[in-house]
Amino acid sequence: MAKLTRRAFTTLAGTAGAASALGLVNIIPARAASGRVVVIGGGFGGATAAKYLRRMDPGIQVTLIEPKKQFVTCPFSNTVLGGINDIGFITHNYDALKSTWGATVVHDMATAVDTGKKTVTTGGGRTFGYDKLVLSPGIDFRWDAVPGYGPDVAGKIPHAWHGGEQTVALRKQLEAMPDGGVFVIAPPTNPFRCPPGPYERVSMVAHYFKTTKPKSKIIILDPKPKFSKMPLFLEGWKALYGGMIEWVGAGDGGATKRVDAANMTLHTEIDEYKGDVVNFIPTQKAGKIAQLAGATDKTGWCPINPRTFESKMVKDVYVIGDASIASPLPKSGFAANSEAKVCAAAIAAELAGKAPGEPSMINTCYSLVSPDYGISVAMVYGFADGKITKKKGSGGVSPKGANAEFRKKEAQYAEGWYSSISSDIWG
Amino acid sequence: MKNRSCIAAAFAASLVLGVPSLAAADSMDSNMLGNPCAGCHGTAGQSKGAMPTIKGKSAKFIAKALKDFRDGKKPSTVMQRIAKGYTDAQIDALAKQYGG
Repeated sequence: MAKLTRRAFTTLAGTAGAASALGLVNIIPARAASGRVVVIGGGFGGATAAKYLRRMDPGIQVTLIEPKKQFVTCPFSNTVLGGINDIGFITHNYDALKSTWGATVVHDMATAVDTGKKTVTTGGGRTFGYDKLVLSPGIDFRWDAVPGYGPDVAGKIPHAWHGGEQTVALRKQLEAMPDGGVFVIAPPTNPFRCPPGPYERVSMVAHYFKTTKPKSKIIILDPKPKFSKMPLFLEGWKALYGGMIEWVGAGDGGATKRVDAANMTLHTEIDEYKGDVVNFIPTQKAGKIAQLAGATDKTGWCPINPRTFESKMVKDVYVIGDASIASPLPKSGFAANSEAKVCAAAIAAELAGKAPGEPSMINTCYSLVSPDYGISVAMVYGFADGKITKKKGSGGVSPKGANAEFRKKEAQYAEGWYSSISSDIWG
Repeated sequence: MKNRSCIAAAFAASLVLGVPSLAAADSMDSNMLGNPCAGCHGTAGQSKGAMPTIKGKSAKFIAKALKDFRDGKKPSTVMQRIAKGYTDAQIDALAKQYGG
């Protein structure tokens, strides 16, 4: 009997939720039909989770808390640095999430989580109760990892590893740099957001230099002995940019030991590199709210149950995207989007009293070596023995030595991917 | 009675949200399998750019294309690498989800 009543109520609420999606009903039922979910963070993970929760079960009341009214993505921000797209191209809003999908979007900063009382408090002084909490806070920086770099220096030496003002600041510096100048970029140590990102950035800046400032140089100071898609990047750089790019890896003392912002110089163990424009990307950890919620471990990242993305540290709290420890999945926008769907399905199932399904995920990361030269890495992920696994035989990188037509197609697909995933998240 | 309620809810959701009927039914596993595809091909398979749109294709077409990509019978850039991650049965389930 009780079961029948609940089902009947779900049906009614589902219809009301569906009607609100059409704009016929503006008020979401005050009492949740099948649960209240609060999502913190409106990026690739959080906005996907909010949309797909509503899509899977319109009876679930979803509140997304995100300080920014417009979200500027880190993916494709390298094309802004390369002068191919403007910042508007990578800027998205939450209109569809509200009007089409019926989520509540609160533009405020989540400042505290009480996992006992199951509430989230914001900087604006509001408190939200939840049945399930999804944290998708992205990354924060370990400002103290390398002496001489901190928030006070980030205007002069941008990190540009958050899309937005930092992207614009670095672009302006590149525009102001004279021909024959030197751009020094220092990628971070593992693990970090978007493993191929720094090297796509180098490519896009090289494209910009080649077309406007061909006497300029790029120096990469890398604390790592190798990097994502390395053979493909090296092949592309040689073909397109000749000797413009110099990579100094860990074996050659590439790790930055000190930043001298006053002199625009990065010091390694054995040498010093002065740049006209310097881009230092700091060591990373999970976004601050994850730590405040008690969801991080000693690594600074968030251990999760790989079947549902529920935190191993705190109950009814889920962590997706860059902040989570979801290896072998990389910290990428695509992975965050894929993880969010698994998490949303798990939450929808649990709120409906069902067992969560078996996770299946994909990651595909495109990188542009030039506007007409794209490369990719892909993998399909399954679930076995309680772990996320790479599906045997799947995935891998684009072939080496592929012809120009193949590279051009992947460049077109790179932009096609961005358009589709942006729409899948914010559309 | 119970069944009718479920069907009504599924129908309302699929009608208004444009969700394939499976999405609103009790098929969480199919959702798990197919949802990541939207990362490139768009929500419900509606692409917004250069990626091929899956929405509107028949289940038969989708299944054949995925199997041909996987087996190298159909040239691709990334799709062979993706399709190799799925069994025949999983491909058929994906095709059913997107192709209806």
